[in-house]
Amino acid sequence: MTEERRELTYLNAIVEAQREEMLRDDRVILIGENIDIYGCAALFDSFDERRLRNVPISENSFTGMGIGAALTGLRPIVDLTIASFVYLASDQIINQAAKLRYMTGGQLSVPIVFRTCTYYNVGNAAQHADRPYPFFMNVPGLKILAPSTPADMKGLMKSAIRDDDPVLVFEDINLWPKKELVPTDVDYLVPIGEADIKREGRDVTIVAIAGCVPKALAAAETLAKDGISAEVIDLRTIVPLDKDTLLQSVAKTGRLVIVDNSHRTASVASEIAAVVSEEGFDSLRKPIQRVTTPEVHIPYSSALEKPLYPSKERIAMVAKSIL
Amino acid sequence: MPLTRAQQLELYRRMQRIRRFEEAILGTELGGHLSIGQEAAIVGACIALRDDDYITGTHRSHGHPIGKGADLKPLMAELYGKATGICKGRGGSMHLADRRVGIIGESAIVGGGIPLATGAGLSIQVRGTDQVSLCFFGDGASNQGTFGESLNLAAIWKLPVIFFCENNGYAISTSVAKSHGQPDIAKRADGYGIPGVIVDGQVAEAVYEVTAKAVERARKGRGPTLIEAKTYRFDEHCRNLGVPIPYRTDKEVESYKSERDPIVLYRAVLQGQGVAEEAIAAVEQEVAAEVAEAVEFGQKSPFPEFADVYENMFSNPIHYPPKLKVSRPS
Repeated sequence: MTEERRELTYLNAIVEAQREEMLRDDRVILIGENIDIYGCAALFDSFDERRLRNVPISENSFTGMGIGAALTGLRPIVDLTIASFVYLASDQIINQAAKLRYMTGGQLSVPIVFRTCTYYNVGNAAQHADRPYPFFMNVPGLKILAPSTPADMKGLMKSAIRDDDPVLVFEDINLWPKKELVPTDVDYLVPIGEADIKREGRDVTIVAIAGCVPKALAAAETLAKDGISAEVIDLRTIVPLDKDTLLQSVAKTGRLVIVDNSHRTASVASEIAAVVSEEGFDSLRKPIQRVTTPEVHIPYSSALEKPLYPSKERIAMVAKSIL
Repeated sequence: MPLTRAQQLELYRRMQRIRRFEEAILGTELGGHLSIGQEAAIVGACIALRDDDYITGTHRSHGHPIGKGADLKPLMAELYGKATGICKGRGGSMHLADRRVGIIGESAIVGGGIPLATGAGLSIQVRGTDQVSLCFFGDGASNQGTFGESLNLAAIWKLPVIFFCENNGYAISTSVAKSHGQPDIAKRADGYGIPGVIVDGQVAEAVYEVTAKAVERARKGRGPTLIEAKTYRFDEHCRNLGVPIPYRTDKEVESYKSERDPIVLYRAVLQGQGVAEEAIAAVEQEVAAEVAEAVEFGQKSPFPEFADVYENMFSNPIHYPPKLKVSRPS
């Protein structure tokens, strides 16, 4: 069976996923600041202001409003734009969305998607550039996605919108222009909770997240020139973690490098390292390595900012250090 | 629209239910934040709603489901932390949400429920039904950002939301006088371009009348209203709370209890309108029996099984509950 595909950027994959799901299901609405300019202007061709709600700058309350709508029959998408702004909405996400189903003994459900974009490596300094996945990993009750390709973004965003639980989707500004052929089937879905092996290898497993995935693939290419076969796993879903794929890969390679653009302490990389230490220790031939962003605020100057994030060179160097 | 005699007796019954339900707690080891003294504000508002209308509550929220007509047994069982509790023992006193009577959450984060009720209003508008959403909150919550943000959101789109402030005068120990720039919270409505109404929260039918008007306005698509019911809590902020520095005088508390008890006041109204003493007493006896039955149900029900602790974390669990590989035995 040949699957029909068309070329989409990562950014347009987000728009198309929302358009398809809004066409499919009347209960899907979009709530966000300036959605008529940023990202979703194209949706105004298909829908009107009944379902596209441009909101004032009131992150905590318009997020809570989305949750209230989810509790009463809609399936809202709340666009929180830049990930550093999610903190303003974190009370509603953590204390209401994540907890209401459990706290009411299952009487309520919260089918909602929180969209947000990690806005780093673009010279906006520390109050725009956070990659706060780890904050929300520590909140049971949320599902957290961070796709790295247009096809994965489209398929995972659609799965998130169809899911009956709160899902936080991290977009990555560094991937916005990335293009690839994406399935056009309106029921093309990528399942939540499944990592993807983007390159197979034997000698070392490199697990990467979002914008780090292309760098990990480039590092694998470099390593291949030195005769080193690296397996690159795109995590895609941060919570729930696809432990099986990670552990199986490490069982094969015996070596693990985790590439995560969040700050090092209690990062996604830390969690994966802990899980593999606990459950895959016998497979390990060398200590697990983390390639992360150091514990410093993101500076404005590109001369200071760019070297902070995991790079192809750093990933390759760290991988070689355990071979 | 004046209440029918049957509605008046239902109003009285639900006020009695809240009072007796909470008095039953006073005699036990159970904790909680009691609404005694605030029954007219709660039930006066709820009686203006339909069964399919939504409400959100607060940490002081035993009264809200009862006011909306919930069965007492699962509420009392929840206080006892039992499997038969309305939230299966996962919510407790501050979260007696009963979805069957339209409750979509009781937030123990002060002001947390205000956006949820606003969202229910948005959902009603998008789905095109004629339901309304009523949000209970206190004077303390009116100083949270969610209050101003949500009133504004509801005002912009004329959402069918009634913002109902039970102003009992104190955010725990901090008085309205010490925490508000001016004493009338309802006046803040003007800043958002919506009506703001002050009502005597100890007078049940006065509360009903202003709420009914706000509900009618909301159902007709004319938008939200802010209602401020001036009321008073007779008990401490919560059960078993030691108060080292008094923040209100005994005289003040006693004067409310002796002169402004909403149940005493409404009983006198019913008597004055010629409702037979036997009819009033019958309601009281029925409620007493109902509460006794609820307490027995709560006490005798089983505790939840620990094996079920992960239940209802997700509607659609994926790799959940997590399978932990047992650490290698040493």
